[in-house]
Amino acid sequence: MPDAAGLELIAAEINERHPGAIIGTYYEHDQACLIADPEQIREILAWLRDTPGQKYTFLASVHGADYLPAVPRFGVHYELLNRDRVERIRVRAAVHDPAAEGGPYPLGEEPLPEVPSVTDEWPTANHQEREVYDMFGIVFRGHPDLRRILMPEDYIGWPQRRDFPIGGEPVIFTNNEREVPGWTQ
Amino acid sequence: MEIKREKVRSALPLDEPPAPSNLRIRQLRARDLLRGELSDEEIEQLVSEQTFTTRLDKVLNWGRANAVFPATFGLACCAIEMMSIVSPRYDIARFGAEAMRASPRQADLLILSGRVSIKMAPVVRRLYDQMLEPKWVMSMGACSSSGGMFQNYAVVQGADKFLPVDIHVPGCPPRPEAVLYGFNKLQRMIQGNPDPGWRTRYNAHGTEEWARQYGTLTDEAREAYAAAHEAAKQAADLVPEEGGEAGEAERAPGERTEAPADRAERGRGRFL
Repeated sequence: MPDAAGLELIAAEINERHPGAIIGTYYEHDQACLIADPEQIREILAWLRDTPGQKYTFLASVHGADYLPAVPRFGVHYELLNRDRVERIRVRAAVHDPAAEGGPYPLGEEPLPEVPSVTDEWPTANHQEREVYDMFGIVFRGHPDLRRILMPEDYIGWPQRRDFPIGGEPVIFTNNEREVPGWTQ
Repeated sequence: MEIKREKVRSALPLDEPPAPSNLRIRQLRARDLLRGELSDEEIEQLVSEQTFTTRLDKVLNWGRANAVFPATFGLACCAIEMMSIVSPRYDIARFGAEAMRASPRQADLLILSGRVSIKMAPVVRRLYDQMLEPKWVMSMGACSSSGGMFQNYAVVQGADKFLPVDIHVPGCPPRPEAVLYGFNKLQRMIQGNPDPGWRTRYNAHGTEEWARQYGTLTDEAREAYAAAHEAAKQAADLVPEEGGEAGEAERAPGERTEAPADRAERGRGRFL
């Protein structure tokens, strides 16, 4: 685990090579995180993997998060691991929601945020990016087979987004089936 | 070597009628019948003692109810409880349903043991469609009956949205005894009493399928509901409780404390 100062050094080095790639950092609960520009996520991950002294060669996890109402709204987290030093670092791509401007859009037709796919360099990201797409509707540009992986393929909506209706379906029992209209017909 | 055979005649003179509990005598007589060694009078007596007449459909339903083949089909944690009903401790073989079939083509009963996700629902429906008639469905546990604790994007809120469920067993998960009790209810339903009693318990007369065809509440529908409710109330109040076990369960705490007339009024207000 790089400490807070080491994290700042890493961020400065990346920004020196790829200007504007690292937007910010945070360090809490002994976890180091780089907040990154999603368009340069491939370069950042490659730098962390290939640079001598860094060598975060193992992509342990890719997952999404929805920070509504924060801007930028989405995060795609890449958990990296150096297996020699057993050090972990997290890179969070801060993804803007294009549906925030304009709209309101009809269900299932809203513009989707895009992030470059890292599947060709890190094959483990294949299914995990599909899951992020499935749950958050984040499109991974360049993914070889971007389909839903957990939900049915004809499902409409992105169920893990924070504005997705939770429990929107009333539970029908025999004592209220008359009050909830139209579910049997 | 000669096989020594006991003759039933020596054991059983005709002029002394045997005690019907004498199993050995009845066995020997059945053996002699199969050998064709009984005289006409003996056959006459045998038939009068050991046979009775009934209707064919009753026999058919009796056989169906006591030889149900459940499908080997587990959906979630309820499946663990479902597995234990075939164990010697609970032993669904007592009711003739121990033969779990791994193919829907050979199964009569589909036990939905767990939550049905919306991705699984078409599969379950397909399995149900592949089962041969007659077939029954038991919805086991809260999840498959109503969605249970999974009121979210992934789970169907009640399996009866996509297939007809014959019996719902509540619980999370239900005890194996509850599954067996639900199965007994299903057996009774198969044997010609299709009312498992929940409409009376929930005061839900008027929600039968035949009553739904009225759709909007016209005057005829109103009258039909009232007639159905009256008939069901009379049936519930006049017919004596059937079997001690069923009676106790239907008298849940707080049940039948109000007068039947009040219950009828309550139902009318809610459902009519």
